[in-house]
Amino acid sequence: MENLLDGWGLTVATFSPMVGVAVMLLIPRDQEDRHKLVALVTSLWVALVSVLLLIEFDIGHTDRLQFAVDKVWIDVISSHYSLGIDGISLPLILLTVLIVPLCIVYSWNHFPEPHNPKAFLILILVLETGMVGTFAAQDLVLFFVFFELVLLPMFFMIAVWGGPNRRYASLKFFLFTLFGSALMLVSFLALFFLTGAESFVFTDLADAVAAHGVSRTAQLWIFGGMMLGFGIKVPMFPFHTWLPDAHTEAPTVGSVILAAVLLKLGTYGFIRIAIPILPEAAVEWAPWIGMLAVIGIIYGALSCLAQTDMKRLIAFSSVAHMGFVMLGISTLTDFGINAAVMGMVAHGLITGMLFFLAGSVKERYHTLEISRLGGLLVQAPRMGWIFGLCVMASLGLPGLAGFWGEFPAILSAYSPANGVPVETFRTFMVIAAVGTVLAAGYLLWLLQRIAFGTPPEEFADDPHITDTSREEWIAWAPMLALIVAIGVYPNLVFRLSDGAVDASLHECLTVNASELTADQAEALGCADVYNISVGDGHGGDADHAAAGG
Amino acid sequence: MTELLTLAASTATGLPLGITEGGSWLLRNAWLIPFLPGLSFVGILFFGKRMPRGGSELGVAFVGLAFVLSLLTAAAWIDHRDNFEGEEVHRAVAVAVAEHGGESAEGHADEGESAEGHVPGHPSLGVHNTVTWFEMNDVAFTVGTLVDGPAVMMLVVVTLVSLLVHVYSTEYVAGDRRYTHFFAFLSLFSASMLLLVVSENTLQLLVSWELVGVCSFVLIGHWWEEKPNSDAALKAFLTNRVGDIGLIIGVAILFFTVGSALPGQFGSFSIAETNALAGTGQLSHTALVVASCCLMAAVMSKSGQFLLHTWLPDAMAGPTPVSALIHAATMVVAGVFMIARMYGVFFEGFSIGGSSINLMALIGGITTLIGACLAFVQRDIKKVLAYSTISQLGYMVMALGVGAWTAALFHLFTHAFFKACLFLGAGSAAHAVHSFDMKSDMGGLRKVMPHTYRTFVIGSIALAGLPPLAGFWSKDEIFVGTGGWGLFGGTGGNGAYTFMLVMGVTTAALTAAYMTRCVYLTFFGEFRGHGTPHESGPRIVVPLWILAGLAIVAGFGNLPKGLPLVPESLQERFGHFVEPVASYFPGISHGTPSWSLATASTLVVLSGIAVAGWYYFVKVEAASKAAGESLTELPDGLTTKYPLARMGHTFLVQKYYLDHLYTDVIAGGTKGPVAAAAYKIDQDVIDGVVNAAGENAVKAGNLVYHRFDQLVVDGIVNNSGRASSGAGGELRKIQTGKVQDYAAILFASAMVLAGVLIVIV
Amino acid sequence: MLLNQFLLLAAALFAIGVYGVLARRNGVLVLMSIELILNAVNINLVAFSAVRETVDGEIFALFIIAVAAAEVGVGLAMVLLLYRNRRSIDLTEIDLLRG
Repeated sequence: MENLLDGWGLTVATFSPMVGVAVMLLIPRDQEDRHKLVALVTSLWVALVSVLLLIEFDIGHTDRLQFAVDKVWIDVISSHYSLGIDGISLPLILLTVLIVPLCIVYSWNHFPEPHNPKAFLILILVLETGMVGTFAAQDLVLFFVFFELVLLPMFFMIAVWGGPNRRYASLKFFLFTLFGSALMLVSFLALFFLTGAESFVFTDLADAVAAHGVSRTAQLWIFGGMMLGFGIKVPMFPFHTWLPDAHTEAPTVGSVILAAVLLKLGTYGFIRIAIPILPEAAVEWAPWIGMLAVIGIIYGALSCLAQTDMKRLIAFSSVAHMGFVMLGISTLTDFGINAAVMGMVAHGLITGMLFFLAGSVKERYHTLEISRLGGLLVQAPRMGWIFGLCVMASLGLPGLAGFWGEFPAILSAYSPANGVPVETFRTFMVIAAVGTVLAAGYLLWLLQRIAFGTPPEEFADDPHITDTSREEWIAWAPMLALIVAIGVYPNLVFRLSDGAVDASLHECLTVNASELTADQAEALGCADVYNISVGDGHGGDADHAAAGG
Repeated sequence: MTELLTLAASTATGLPLGITEGGSWLLRNAWLIPFLPGLSFVGILFFGKRMPRGGSELGVAFVGLAFVLSLLTAAAWIDHRDNFEGEEVHRAVAVAVAEHGGESAEGHADEGESAEGHVPGHPSLGVHNTVTWFEMNDVAFTVGTLVDGPAVMMLVVVTLVSLLVHVYSTEYVAGDRRYTHFFAFLSLFSASMLLLVVSENTLQLLVSWELVGVCSFVLIGHWWEEKPNSDAALKAFLTNRVGDIGLIIGVAILFFTVGSALPGQFGSFSIAETNALAGTGQLSHTALVVASCCLMAAVMSKSGQFLLHTWLPDAMAGPTPVSALIHAATMVVAGVFMIARMYGVFFEGFSIGGSSINLMALIGGITTLIGACLAFVQRDIKKVLAYSTISQLGYMVMALGVGAWTAALFHLFTHAFFKACLFLGAGSAAHAVHSFDMKSDMGGLRKVMPHTYRTFVIGSIALAGLPPLAGFWSKDEIFVGTGGWGLFGGTGGNGAYTFMLVMGVTTAALTAAYMTRCVYLTFFGEFRGHGTPHESGPRIVVPLWILAGLAIVAGFGNLPKGLPLVPESLQERFGHFVEPVASYFPGISHGTPSWSLATASTLVVLSGIAVAGWYYFVKVEAASKAAGESLTELPDGLTTKYPLARMGHTFLVQKYYLDHLYTDVIAGGTKGPVAAAAYKIDQDVIDGVVNAAGENAVKAGNLVYHRFDQLVVDGIVNNSGRASSGAGGELRKIQTGKVQDYAAILFASAMVLAGVLIVIV
Repeated sequence: MLLNQFLLLAAALFAIGVYGVLARRNGVLVLMSIELILNAVNINLVAFSAVRETVDGEIFALFIIAVAAAEVGVGLAMVLLLYRNRRSIDLTEIDLLRG
């Protein structure tokens, strides 16, 4: 079993959904139960394989690529079929394979109009392949293929099963992300040709950049292109406008997958590709990323305060929360990127839950207009409490998952990596901290208006408004349990991510400059690039003294 | 920094932290105490509804168990404090240089303890026990307990008050729509507070700090069907979040600042390390100042200090037992406790020693005054107590600000008992009349509610600070600690905080006066409400008497040194056992108690009672008799007749206005315009700013969203789409569908290409 | 040289063919014009082939004749179908592909 898992585990996990799709294509459209069963079994099988991967995963060496496969794929363009996971990809893969079966369970008895479970479930399974593949790919071309594979099913999901304004939203989503992808592809190609790397495999590219040295200008441009491509997916201010529309129009399950996993493809790209391959450019870009991140935090929060639609509010809150993730990434520290990985997992669970809840509210009240809602706790007490818990988790309450994404990100901004301007990031830290208050403001306000008070007259005696149903419990319980479990014991994620994050960062970024001797700095060969001040041996201290001022 | 590395290599010159991993089992396993209520929370949440008493029995049992455990722990600590002989595992951090290293520890031991024959170098080791929570970048983030004097004291106070509140609640909220849920969160609230108290590092402190906040949110908003309640809950939580910005930033600054002094580690959350290093002078002073200010912001929000106190009176929207728990033992004292915990940082950051004013003392002083003034104009009995809490918290913060650490914690200790007693008494009275309004629904309750009446009066006297009740001793110690009392003789103290002393004494008079008013309005005169109130049941009365008893005796826990007729072994017991003598605690100096100061403050209190008592018990009583109904104030006070114009004529008639001076100008003026103005400023200006900030944030949000997001940012996106669609529309016209047109284009372009070819070739 | 005359003839034929394709409205006539264009090419091919004394051109011309025959077959069939459906073979009326 182990050997089989070693060589084939990831491939099986990635492509099993496609087998499910093939089976479903053979089943006639009107046999809905069979479709549901096949889809569920497939997704559970993928989850099982992933759990086996987790069990076999060598926790002691999270920095090492495990279950790696590396075969020549398209020789002409030196692209490899290279899969592998380390401590950064594993949590995200687990998140994906958890969310997908839950989405299938959740939609079991209520597929959005125009119904058609066959097509809907096929799209979900295709999405799963794309998402797992993106997280497992270790080759730029392969990564790009999976990255784009995700786009189409989501486009159809919004365009076919979406709300009244679905055409506009789906098109916007598609064009926006495609635009980013185009620039990203150009960057990938430029990277490959300028470095003259052996192949598109990440490690080859990183080695090639380090060895041959690409001109600084070129690095900056390449990084900029990637930043645009990944940043749109995140979404980073000011490229976020597709997100609220897509979320508002998408069917519940679409929103959940979009929020829980799709947004993470962007941040994952930063952590996995942009920063490890181009560390020097990352240092140059960091203040700008950080700035956009904190603008996103404040801006997203302010926009939330102005919303009248529950789902749109949650969508805007994603902008703010992903701002924290981006802030963590932009510090380029081990601490910050760990926070980002945690933030990605936490946001996936929490915002996913919030979208589930929004969907359930919509199903009961047939509206998401905040001013028309109220008294959820009276009519559906359990759902109200779940909503309260998720709101608390979302505003970053300690003891729940959200906190561990937010707090370490803020903390890390106090002391960013070598070469990144310290004062700037301390300013960012303060702004981000203010963002936590705004987050509490809009989320609690939302909670107050939706859950507290007495039910409005128009819904007071509506018999359709029932408490949490069985499918909802099955779909939500694992997510809620994880939100609490990670909140109480964050090591669940940090233990996986820490080693891998550390390995992904260039040594010059992480080394403690204040403890370096001049000789050691010389040996590293990066003192100039990263502004590591040595010689008097007190560089770090001066830095920290400036801390107070 | 090379020297630093060498030093790190040979860990010989370590800075002892004054903590040990040894100690008795109870001290090492103090985590059990927060764990028990936490367990009770989970138990009630999942099984409460199915239990015969709705889960309240679980809460009472587990919190009771925690209380017993706390008492045992306290006994263990008392033993440990003087007799710990086990292997002294000083946990030490290796630090660079030792210019000032260990100075504070030794200095303190010399000054404070050698007098008692305590051997220097055998300090009261805090018992430290940690496990790794998670690891990041080779730094282990721990969770654990640091059990020492202040922690043990808080454990006992919190579990005791919590237990009594639990018992009280079984009757008070009986039949409530969310009885089970109430007890679940009561337990969680206690658990969070207990976790905060034993926190070993600032991260854990931050976590429990916010958990306390969220529990208060849930409990204040317990009756969330009514909008004012949920508004109050929101306000409490949001105001606390504002302070939490400070906490987050402060903790971050300290984390890295401490890290800069620890070789091979980029940061540390450990409270003991932070305090000890702050004391050595190795940390950047600027960083300490900024961190202290940030942490102070957190204290201001959590402990209801001036500028951020407005949430606290509103928090009265919660059920009364919650108010008692919040105001006596848990939430609001968390801020005070945090200062006490991080005192090494604050002591250095605010340069408390040898100064005459600093931010903390000033904020505390202002708070204590404005809180007391505001208490005068309240109709709602719980709001009187709420403002009184603000005022008393001001005392504690002020005491910490002037360096009277022990006095502050002692006041926290005594205050917990008498304030809980007062709140629960108020609840008992309100339970009987179904209202909190003293003026319209209370009065004359002493006849029908004798137990409530007696305990409330005891609590009031203790709060006012008359000897020999608890409040007197602790308040007196604070006055002594200011050191600004050259007039009365005596020495010691950390600086000359005369200004603070004046503020404190003024507040003492005000406190005595408003409590007299409160007692009169509630228990004297004739009953003004509806129905026939009757005394509450035993589950309410028994906790009241227990607390009242403690309000009488708690003060004896820290009798001043040199008090005649008292054996020396009974003097300053509280200070001896609670104040840490370790390098993680700064070297503070203690003032020497003074008879004259104690006498003066007692006289001030008595005069406050006398003035208010004369106004209510004599004047108002007489006016009531004359009017034939139970009045709550004089019908012809200054506020109603404004005598400026007729001044000359009435000057003599009114006996030089001495009557008016006493009743109207001093009492009435303080009670009327001054307090009203203060209240108005409080409500309109400060609260207005808070509200305006909220409204403007929404406005700004609207503006940003509608004007910028939808028009500009989105506009760019839409326009680029529109441009390409327009271009497509133009191109569409070429697409006629006629074969021959296409052919024409084909030939034409072939010709053009042929021409190009010819030209080029 | 004789080649020039052949080329001139072919060009003339081609021009006539293009005129027919573009200007005639009758489908059959357009098909016939296409034949003219193809034959113009044939003449060129044969002429060049003759001058260079190879047979490549002739072979190509044969291929073109064969393809042209097939094309005319298909084309006429389409015209016939068009006529059946629309009772007209006026190409200007057939614009279903208009964008």
